[in-house]
Amino acid sequence: MSEQSTVVGRTRDEMAKRLAQDIPSGSYVNLGIGIPELVTKFVPDGRTLIYHTENGLLGMGPSPEPGKGDPELINAGKRHVTAIPGAAFFHHADSFAMIRGGHIDLCVLGAMQVSKDGDLANWSTGAPDAIPAVGGAMDLVAGVKSVYVITQHCTKHGDPKLVDSCTFPLTGKQVINRIYTDLAVVDVTPDGFRVVELSPGVDFEYVQQRTGAPLLPIKD
Amino acid sequence: MINKQIKSAADAVADVFDGAVVMIGGFGEAGSPIELIHALIDQGAKDLTVVSNNTGSGLVGLAALLKAERVSKIICSFPRTANSTVFPDLYRSGKTELELVPQGTLAERIRAGGAGIPGFYTPAAVGTPLSEGKESREFDGQEYLLERGLKADFALIKGRVADTFGNVVYNKTARNFGPPMAMAAKVAIVQVDEVVEPGQIDPESIVTPGIFVSRVVGVSNPVFESELVAAGVSYP
Repeated sequence: MSEQSTVVGRTRDEMAKRLAQDIPSGSYVNLGIGIPELVTKFVPDGRTLIYHTENGLLGMGPSPEPGKGDPELINAGKRHVTAIPGAAFFHHADSFAMIRGGHIDLCVLGAMQVSKDGDLANWSTGAPDAIPAVGGAMDLVAGVKSVYVITQHCTKHGDPKLVDSCTFPLTGKQVINRIYTDLAVVDVTPDGFRVVELSPGVDFEYVQQRTGAPLLPIKD
Repeated sequence: MINKQIKSAADAVADVFDGAVVMIGGFGEAGSPIELIHALIDQGAKDLTVVSNNTGSGLVGLAALLKAERVSKIICSFPRTANSTVFPDLYRSGKTELELVPQGTLAERIRAGGAGIPGFYTPAAVGTPLSEGKESREFDGQEYLLERGLKADFALIKGRVADTFGNVVYNKTARNFGPPMAMAAKVAIVQVDEVVEPGQIDPESIVTPGIFVSRVVGVSNPVFESELVAAGVSYP
């Protein structure tokens, strides 16, 4: 109880800032809705990233000023955006050819669960009365060269999101390369989860206790 | 002399028949051909199979077509919206069947249908519930699913400018499903802000060549879903 009410590890902004450091300049990047969108705020000076939004724009810019939005210039989350100089518009089949064809370098997504094999569940709880809706998530994880997850380490109820095997319906099998959480950066390796970095003030045991599968220690 | 311009949205959708497969462009409100959809509601065709990425918002456009119970099946990637309960109610009551398709697979199925390709293999949805019942095959050590091309009797599309030969230019991210749907439909109907004479669009700039388009309707100052929803409009 006391642990949950104390801030341990990184905030959402700090998670996004940590992830942004790992994206090379010149990358074509697709960001999911939610915490992934925060990454744009923390791209280090001197680096240029080109943002792809799967509804048909390369070179997505920041949100317009309030009241200046164009209903025909939106992102995949259906929010108003802008187009940078050098942007390009294209239709959906071409947009997903960029994704499926391996032309997008990196995709950053949220997650409900990630398994030690890199399986991702992020589109459905499987509840019988829920309206199923998948969007482009399955295409993105199947096609983009690197797929990173950014998420809280545990659910609001304290259940681990990094698990031995996903219990929610899958978005893709063996598709996740790396996970950035409030507590750690974790790679998915052929041997399972390996901690790459612990968040400041967090120790290995603390993270292991909140992870649903064995963690391998940081490599020297 | 070819002239694909039709006087009104009502005339353009007059021959949509009961049981037709109708592709409807748009991603959210961007590219949603609201005036054509409203004309289709007025026209009365029913038992439609609709192919569209979403299910509309509020009580206008695609959501209004669904609400009028004209759609027996929808093929769709993201049928949830924050501000409409129309589709969830129809789905839960069993009145509208849903075929859920990953967004990229939906786009490629439409493109393939228009390109004369009956099926293709894709890695999307392998190992997920959406792979159930689908043939799979391994290529170069990776598993892929067989997906079928999609064709339609009609497509309702929104562009920015078209000429009377049916060449179309779109507006920004409103392009989305328009070009592949124009290819996949026997009769592609495009509403545009402005209809011009042949030669007035630079041939290098044309996005959908006129061969894919049957009818062009001028709708100047088209309305947007969000404006109608904010104003509390319900159609009809």
